[in-house]
Amino acid sequence: MKEVLELYWAFFQIGIMTFGGGYAMLPMLQRVVVDEKKWATEEEILDYYAIGQVTPGVIAVNTATFIGYRRKGIAGAVFATAGIVSPSLLIIMALAGIINQFSQLTIVQHAFNGIRVVVCALVAKAVIGMIKKGVKDKLTFVILVSAFVSIAFFKISPIPLVVICCFLGIFSKGGEDKKSC
Amino acid sequence: MLKYMIVFLEFFKAGLFAVGGGLATLPFLKAMVGKYPWFTAAELTNMIAISESTPGPMGVNMATFAGFKAGGVLGAIIATAGLVCPSILIIIGVSKILEKFKNSKLVKNAFYALRPASAGLIIGAMFDVFLMSLFHIEYIKVNFLKTLNIPAIVIFVVGFLCIKKFDKVHPIVFILAGAIFGVVFQL
Repeated sequence: MKEVLELYWAFFQIGIMTFGGGYAMLPMLQRVVVDEKKWATEEEILDYYAIGQVTPGVIAVNTATFIGYRRKGIAGAVFATAGIVSPSLLIIMALAGIINQFSQLTIVQHAFNGIRVVVCALVAKAVIGMIKKGVKDKLTFVILVSAFVSIAFFKISPIPLVVICCFLGIFSKGGEDKKSC
Repeated sequence: MLKYMIVFLEFFKAGLFAVGGGLATLPFLKAMVGKYPWFTAAELTNMIAISESTPGPMGVNMATFAGFKAGGVLGAIIATAGLVCPSILIIIGVSKILEKFKNSKLVKNAFYALRPASAGLIIGAMFDVFLMSLFHIEYIKVNFLKTLNIPAIVIFVVGFLCIKKFDKVHPIVFILAGAIFGVVFQL
């Protein structure tokens, strides 16, 4: 019991120190799991992190679940996952309540209209990075455009697209001869 | 009760099919906008801003927020549980083969097609918000020039250049600047 609680608390700390996407988690993961707790070596942690990236779902959650499972089985997986999501639950629920109360004020609406413009710019920056990494030839370009069109204009669910692309990638064998993958 | 089951199922699907970091869950949340009365596309964009500015992995923050909008505190907890369930099940189920799996050709080939798909899905999910934030679409049939929301477009372009140039600056700085400009220019 003590050990699963320790897992919970370690990933609670990692969750609270991670801002943004999954990639932001790595430095904290190294500090807590490798340096402080000595649950894994530097190399192992990179392996676990790679596993977090190739399994579906949020990368930070996958990595936490995997490390928890390696240490303490199913209970470890559950407690580590609970730890990584707890700060989000507490902070977002507190904030969402406050924002709901003030969202009718004109000044708050103007502020959010401004924020949305900046979010568009932030997303544009993130997506350009993804395109640079992901679009390598004609097929990947076609996939990019098809995914965009099917969501933006036809409101198709993203699920079939993800499944189709998964098989398309496997059958086209496009990832094999490219070192940067 | 039925609502919470739907919330769980929708976020379970997002957790199961979202591949890649950060914004990968966004297209799945966007798909909920048309289907359920939980939140609008504009509110979803506010959620992105708040999720980027608060601690915690972004995908989890967005799910928690969206779940709260859908069904209060219980909705937030159930949405988050739904999102992480696939991770727990998959990792417990296949953890033994995962370590071999991560460098396999199969995974590399799948990601070769999944990476551009994920990028395309995110642009698609942001498309409405992009139009809504930078243009006055309601004038489209009256006068093209009137459709341009000039202050918003200027903030977008300048903001984008700043975000690109000052890579190391935390997004919260840009988001706060956006809030201030929004108030000043009455966007």
